[in-house]
Amino acid sequence: MAGGFLTTRFDALLSWGRKYSLFHYPFITACCGMEYMSTACAHYDIDRFGAGMTRFSPRQADMLLVVGTINRKLAPVLKTVYDQMTEPKWVMAFGACTVSGGIYDNYAVVQGIDEIIPVDIYIPGCPPRPETVLDGLLKLQEKIKAEGQDWRWKKKTS
Amino acid sequence: MEEKDILTALREALPGAVLEEGESFGDPVVRIRPEALLPAAGLLKAEPPGYAMLLDATCVDYPDRPGRFEMVYHFFSLARNRRIRVKADLPAGRPEIASLAAMWKNAAWLEREIFDMFGVRFAGHPDLRRLFLDEGFEGHPLRKDFPLRGRQPLPSNSKQETP
Repeated sequence: MAGGFLTTRFDALLSWGRKYSLFHYPFITACCGMEYMSTACAHYDIDRFGAGMTRFSPRQADMLLVVGTINRKLAPVLKTVYDQMTEPKWVMAFGACTVSGGIYDNYAVVQGIDEIIPVDIYIPGCPPRPETVLDGLLKLQEKIKAEGQDWRWKKKTS
Repeated sequence: MEEKDILTALREALPGAVLEEGESFGDPVVRIRPEALLPAAGLLKAEPPGYAMLLDATCVDYPDRPGRFEMVYHFFSLARNRRIRVKADLPAGRPEIASLAAMWKNAAWLEREIFDMFGVRFAGHPDLRRLFLDEGFEGHPLRKDFPLRGRQPLPSNSKQETP
């Protein structure tokens, strides 16, 4: 039996397990939180896609949901929360403010959270409808499936 | 009328301090010398009807006026349901006025906001730091000469690390 065969299958199993067991940490600052609640609760039920487990500690979470406007004073806080999460971790930019600053084109608001932390999936909309969020989640799951063990931190150390 | 009484009391207790009197939306407005703010506020709080509550303190920037920064204080009498507005003009160079934080605790944060947004300094303030913006931010955004967007680099402790 060749070693390569086993590693490949293990990768596939690992990614499959990961994509259906996303523990998420909601970092909610603004009105997009309403859409997050709608997505997470029974009507749209994010649990159907295996992301129903909300952890209120970043240390136990895999997916950081950044929901709402991030301003300059909050930037170090968001960075700290991201740093506290253990690998592997994914970031979802939820709504126009996190993607690009949205309507807040001014001195106080961070123009897209990718200035602070790396983002895996961008969800547009002001605010995005729950269907859009679920679509984004499915796209993130595809990405996780394709990732295998090629984690971000491995790339960083090499 | 109580309004007349409090204005008369202000004029008599602090001669020369009251520069202008008027009325706006049914409430008395009085413009005083900035040096007289502390005694005037003390009098408003002590004398009947007793303006015991500081509703709001804010600032307006008029770049073309000699007194560029117009401080605006709103006081409220809980006993009689009356309001009064007190204004004071500060010069453009180094705007500074006495802090009301010792008399009204909520003034501490209101004044921190004004310091953050307009750069007005408050003498005797216990902790005069920026309220809304980070410590590294340069300038005061609500001044009329601040650029429309005026973006500045993020603080170094929130930058994304490049691998």
